[in-house]
Amino acid sequence: MKSDMELITSEGKRRDGRSPEDIRKIKIEAGVLHRADGSCYLEWGGNKVLAAVYGPREAVPRHTQNPLRAIVQARYNMAAFSVEDRKRPGPDRRSVEISKVISEALERVVLTEQFPRASIDVNIEVLDAEAGTRCAGLTAAAVALIDAGIPMRDIPVACAAGKIGGQVVLDLGKEEDNFGDADLPIAISPRTGEVLLLQMDGHLTLDEFNQAFDLAVKGCHIVSEIQKKAIMHKYQSAAAEVQE
Amino acid sequence: MTIVPIIKRDYITKLAEEGKRIDGRDFNHYRKIEIETNVVNKAEGSARVKIGNTQVLCGIKMDIGEPFPDTPKTGVMSTAAEFIPMASPDFESGPPREDAIELARVVDRGVRESQVIQLDKLCITPAEKVWLVFIDIHILDYDGNLFDAASLAALAALLTTKVPVSRFLKELSEKDRASWQERLLELYTIPGVDEVPFGVDEADPKPIKNFPLPMSEPPVSCTAVKINDFVFFDPCFDEEVIADVRLTVATDHKGDIRAMQKGRSGSFSKEEIQKVIKGALDNGQEIRKKLYHSIGK
Amino acid sequence: MANEGRQVVIPGQVLGDISAFRPGRGTFVENKKIYAERLGVLNIQDTFIHIIPLKGRYEAVVGDFVIGVVEEASTSNWMVDINAPYPALLHVHEVPWEIEFADTEKYLNTGDTILAKVLSVDESKKLQITLNDRNLFKLKGGHLIEFEPSMYRRIMGKKYSMIEIIQKYTRCRIKVGKNGRIWIDGDAEGIHKVLQAISKIESEAITFGLTDRIEEFLKKDAKDVR
Repeated sequence: MKSDMELITSEGKRRDGRSPEDIRKIKIEAGVLHRADGSCYLEWGGNKVLAAVYGPREAVPRHTQNPLRAIVQARYNMAAFSVEDRKRPGPDRRSVEISKVISEALERVVLTEQFPRASIDVNIEVLDAEAGTRCAGLTAAAVALIDAGIPMRDIPVACAAGKIGGQVVLDLGKEEDNFGDADLPIAISPRTGEVLLLQMDGHLTLDEFNQAFDLAVKGCHIVSEIQKKAIMHKYQSAAAEVQE
Repeated sequence: MTIVPIIKRDYITKLAEEGKRIDGRDFNHYRKIEIETNVVNKAEGSARVKIGNTQVLCGIKMDIGEPFPDTPKTGVMSTAAEFIPMASPDFESGPPREDAIELARVVDRGVRESQVIQLDKLCITPAEKVWLVFIDIHILDYDGNLFDAASLAALAALLTTKVPVSRFLKELSEKDRASWQERLLELYTIPGVDEVPFGVDEADPKPIKNFPLPMSEPPVSCTAVKINDFVFFDPCFDEEVIADVRLTVATDHKGDIRAMQKGRSGSFSKEEIQKVIKGALDNGQEIRKKLYHSIGK
Repeated sequence: MANEGRQVVIPGQVLGDISAFRPGRGTFVENKKIYAERLGVLNIQDTFIHIIPLKGRYEAVVGDFVIGVVEEASTSNWMVDINAPYPALLHVHEVPWEIEFADTEKYLNTGDTILAKVLSVDESKKLQITLNDRNLFKLKGGHLIEFEPSMYRRIMGKKYSMIEIIQKYTRCRIKVGKNGRIWIDGDAEGIHKVLQAISKIESEAITFGLTDRIEEFLKKDAKDVR
């Protein structure tokens, strides 16, 4: 019965009132934790995500060290209480996979060659989940990396597009994710347009893919602006202190 | 491992001899406590507690499952704590280690043994279906005194928990519904409880609405550590790591002791224990006020 | 230095063209454009562009005075935490004591704090420090605190004016490591005052006249004490 749920009206109105190209509400705050070298709290629709960065620090165990550059180790974890039915604590196959694709996406933009043998550890905790947690997690992780003072080529950012009720839309919400036709999360380097993460499931025609991809990129740029504002908000006033 | 410089250790003890602490507090004083409830939508109840820089998030999830055979009419609770690597450079990922297990068990005991959750009111069909309560503690930022932050977060989360009846209604058979209805009506006519905490449609009485988790007055935990014969309440990280011994005392609103836990390889004298109990009672009163304030009482 | 131009930059931000500017620390060049590689404050001197970081680990530079905490003693050296991404090596030849083989622990052991100098930083960022210079020694007594390494210049002040004022009013001995550590020795009241002054410097977003403000603060405090 639920699969017949009308996700989008013929006028292009979605269940939460958004139009096809609207993104959910996003709030980002940089530097929220005391112990971590860098941190970020992010709300994206019903998602609440916390990211913390430690490092660069000597990678342990030693065999994980790369003599030429730093390794970026993201760890995506969902809190037991972040989903409808309690999740057993600890990593499952899904979170291991997401950790891997996020690590690889971040490694591309971090200037890892400056820190041989080191590790940059990125912890992403999903506290409240409602569709699109990997995009929210990567976006928060990027801000936490900046907050930790990690040198980077750009500030990576993620957003998804998808298809619901035969229409391509931006940033799938909860029911749209569960009962939609396709989901296409991507992460890009907004400066260069390089694609850092791409996953897709469902069913898209080539045309629909192109349309969804362009829309997701558009979404990334919207989120990118919010990231930058959050960093500036935290550090604009601090700038005066640095040098006389 | 973070190594505490010896000079910092010596400075803390030198200050103690002058009656001072490194952050300027009195021996019995707590850092600023902040409690925020309903921070996680997906959870049945949640709270984020900050004690100074220490930050703990607790979320409550509920489910329906089988009771234990020896307590067929009692709901089931369990507590888990995760020392996630986010919270400290010294925490590693992987299964919970003994520190996390001790913490979870101490929080669990504080709730369980004082019957804070009225588990007898969480029976749906005796011997078949009861409500399960999962307390999950997430350490976000570790600057000492996790015991108090975690137990306070658990209490604030439990006090704001709504039993998710509407979500599980479809899983209950006619028999379950009838049985549970009967039990609820029976339990909630006990004197002193004047409010039936679930929605009753008078024409067609059945439990359909979410209702607050039935709770009793909770005990409040207070922790002190001893460094060179000086007893400090609410240790910050620098104090905690050099402490010889730690004592957590949970006291209730009547001033009785409801749970204790001594930790570390140092020792206390009876006089010192009494001193900690006294401090736990005093601080407990204040923290209890903050707890009630946070849930709007 | 003028107030304008004190601009916060973030990674990937375009700072200029290499036809007009020369790229310095904290920048990288791509397609003839200079970009910021980290969060920091933009600094342009003539045509030279560099970034003063706002956050991040200490980046060791040869000759820097640093405050280290000994992590481990082994037979012929010590590993010392200097707040950098990697521990620094202190070899037995780089200390002013005659040390017999495997006797290192008698001189320096885990948790000891030293005032040292960065001796070398090799290509793979392996660090060595030394105690063989004037004014380098094992620190005894006092208190140790940490700060963002990027705040170093602010804490020292122009020509050490800030740190001298703090020492004068608190009667404390203070050693500031470039690696974001400060050692303070004095009575509890003095040390507490230093901590207050440091946190005031760290948190107050004042562009000019901070040294005067800190002096005012310390003076006022000194009166209160009497």
